[in-house]
Amino acid sequence: MNTQRLQHVVPATIIFGLSIIVAWLSFTEEPAAAYTFPRIISIIFIALAVWNFIRAATGLSRVGRGIDFGEAKNILPGMVIMLLLVFWGAKALGFYVASSIAFFAAYSFYDPTPLSSVKDWAKRAVVTLLFMTVIYVLFSSVLQVHTPRGLFF
Amino acid sequence: MEFLSYFGGVFEPVALALLFGGTIGGLILGATPGLSPTMAVALLIPFTFHLAPTQGLILLGAAYTSTVAGGAVSAILLKIPGAPANIATALDGNEMAKRGEGARALQLSFLASGVGGLIGVMLLIFLTPVLAQWALQFGFPHLFWIAILGVTVIGSLDSKSFVKGLLSGCIGLWLSTIGYDDIQGAERFVFFDALSGGITIIPALIGLFAIPQVIEMFAKGRRESKVESLEVPKYSFMDSVRELFSSIRALSIGTVVGSVIGLIPGVGGQIAGLVAYDQARNFSPLKDKFGTGHSEGVIAAESANNAMVGPSLVPLLTLSIPGSPTAAVLLGGLLIHGIFPGSDIFTNHPEVVWTFINSMLIGQILMVIFGIYTAAWAARIAKAPVPIMASGVLVLALFGSYSVGQSMGDVQIMLILGVGMYILEKFGFSAAPLVLGLILGPIAADNFITGSRIADAQDGPWVYFFTGPLNIVLVTMVVASIGYSFWTNMLRSTFADKSQKSAGEAPAE
Repeated sequence: MNTQRLQHVVPATIIFGLSIIVAWLSFTEEPAAAYTFPRIISIIFIALAVWNFIRAATGLSRVGRGIDFGEAKNILPGMVIMLLLVFWGAKALGFYVASSIAFFAAYSFYDPTPLSSVKDWAKRAVVTLLFMTVIYVLFSSVLQVHTPRGLFF
Repeated sequence: MEFLSYFGGVFEPVALALLFGGTIGGLILGATPGLSPTMAVALLIPFTFHLAPTQGLILLGAAYTSTVAGGAVSAILLKIPGAPANIATALDGNEMAKRGEGARALQLSFLASGVGGLIGVMLLIFLTPVLAQWALQFGFPHLFWIAILGVTVIGSLDSKSFVKGLLSGCIGLWLSTIGYDDIQGAERFVFFDALSGGITIIPALIGLFAIPQVIEMFAKGRRESKVESLEVPKYSFMDSVRELFSSIRALSIGTVVGSVIGLIPGVGGQIAGLVAYDQARNFSPLKDKFGTGHSEGVIAAESANNAMVGPSLVPLLTLSIPGSPTAAVLLGGLLIHGIFPGSDIFTNHPEVVWTFINSMLIGQILMVIFGIYTAAWAARIAKAPVPIMASGVLVLALFGSYSVGQSMGDVQIMLILGVGMYILEKFGFSAAPLVLGLILGPIAADNFITGSRIADAQDGPWVYFFTGPLNIVLVTMVVASIGYSFWTNMLRSTFADKSQKSAGEAPAE
């Protein structure tokens, strides 16, 4: 099985697995009346998931080029920043502090300018500060959204 | 002519300020490659949450209109379409800009967008009440089928793969059933606490449209993106106006094609622009000039993609079926304000709907004026570094999804859906059918459950859901949308196989 086909088989298998779980829960959970609509959906879901799996396994699924190793490597740091921000930082450190750190980290990591230049680091810090000031004015002052303050702000 | 009596609302100071802001902001966002109109509107929805419904819709309508037109700026000056709807514009627009005719191309594109957009909104004004009147006769089974039709049409037409499109729609329908079922008083599919309240539409929309684009920008890595912008020497505005009206054939083709395609749910601006471009070339005596910097190419493509905007709202406002992915996001904007589109929308909320539609009419004119005068400036912003855009959209998505319900659960669901959607998109799935399933799911479920109860007391579900002229028409349309997509998929894969074979055999000859 070539890499391209394998890349399609993996998500097709996951979706098929999900459809089985949805169908299983729809037909076993109580009260049954609450699951009338999900039952219909789950039957169609399974049928389409099986069809999609067969197409992937036989190499007929060609739409979508998958994710190559280089892309995955590039995404990883950004993904870690996003996950830390949403699942820990925003609540533990406070929305504004965590967002500032996430913005600065993501910007610095993906900025192609040299990491050794002090001038570039200063530029990144200024851009972060300006952007977060706009966000603060917009959400805290104008829209009056009360965000978790966490340890800091 | 009822709409004329609601023009006053557009000229109230706050509404006018939002219209101006939405138009200018939309032009800039539209001109920025990587930020699609759908994502721009999705990110704006949390801001409308704090506004009156009319004001919120004015902002969203202005952004929708101008992001589509703004995409032409980067298409012409940078050869990077700001949105899929501007792909056809780049073909001739950039060639004109290379010849030093950038200002002429930009002026023609905004003028054509304005004319197409105005006619599109006029269609919206005159068709919507007629369709709404017709929709008054719809009962529970019809509304159920219409919701299903919305998912199957967008699932089969908006996706490159028919199976994956329908699967996306199915996943969306399932996601809509997660949470507390009000009728039975039971929780369904609550795998963790954040899901107990169900999936909130706005954070879901932000996640599904914004997060995949953030990850897409991350995927480029630390790459220097050198985008060469072309100089824009001045050009007489009146000459552009004269040229536009002398190219009446391209303008008419673009406007008619855009309007018709806008009325078909799920088709969208990209197809409108490309079909109009193709038809304008077919009917032109100067066919060979297309692609070499011919102004008619720009006029046809831009008039089509903006003429599509108004009609794409006709099925949305009357039947709850969005005509495009951005219209699907607008539906989310209507729902958070407690406005349920349907046959009675003009009876229950005439002021909101007519003021919104009128604002789109005024928005077209503002879009032309601001577009022409801010195009060069917008092109400069369009070159903003990718890491700033990615980090900025991420932070905006975080704050936007939190602000709706002030819940961290919403933010977590937003991220999970966004990451999941990015992976699915890489394998040929698309966000639009999933969003439609998520939005139309509750409409389908409620009408199905209520309809089933009535059916049980009458002649049974089969008779209730499958007989009667309207049911038969709607079921036929559902089947036809799936069948048509299946057939075109088969043709496409047969054609691809043949071209692969012939490409493989060529060296042996």
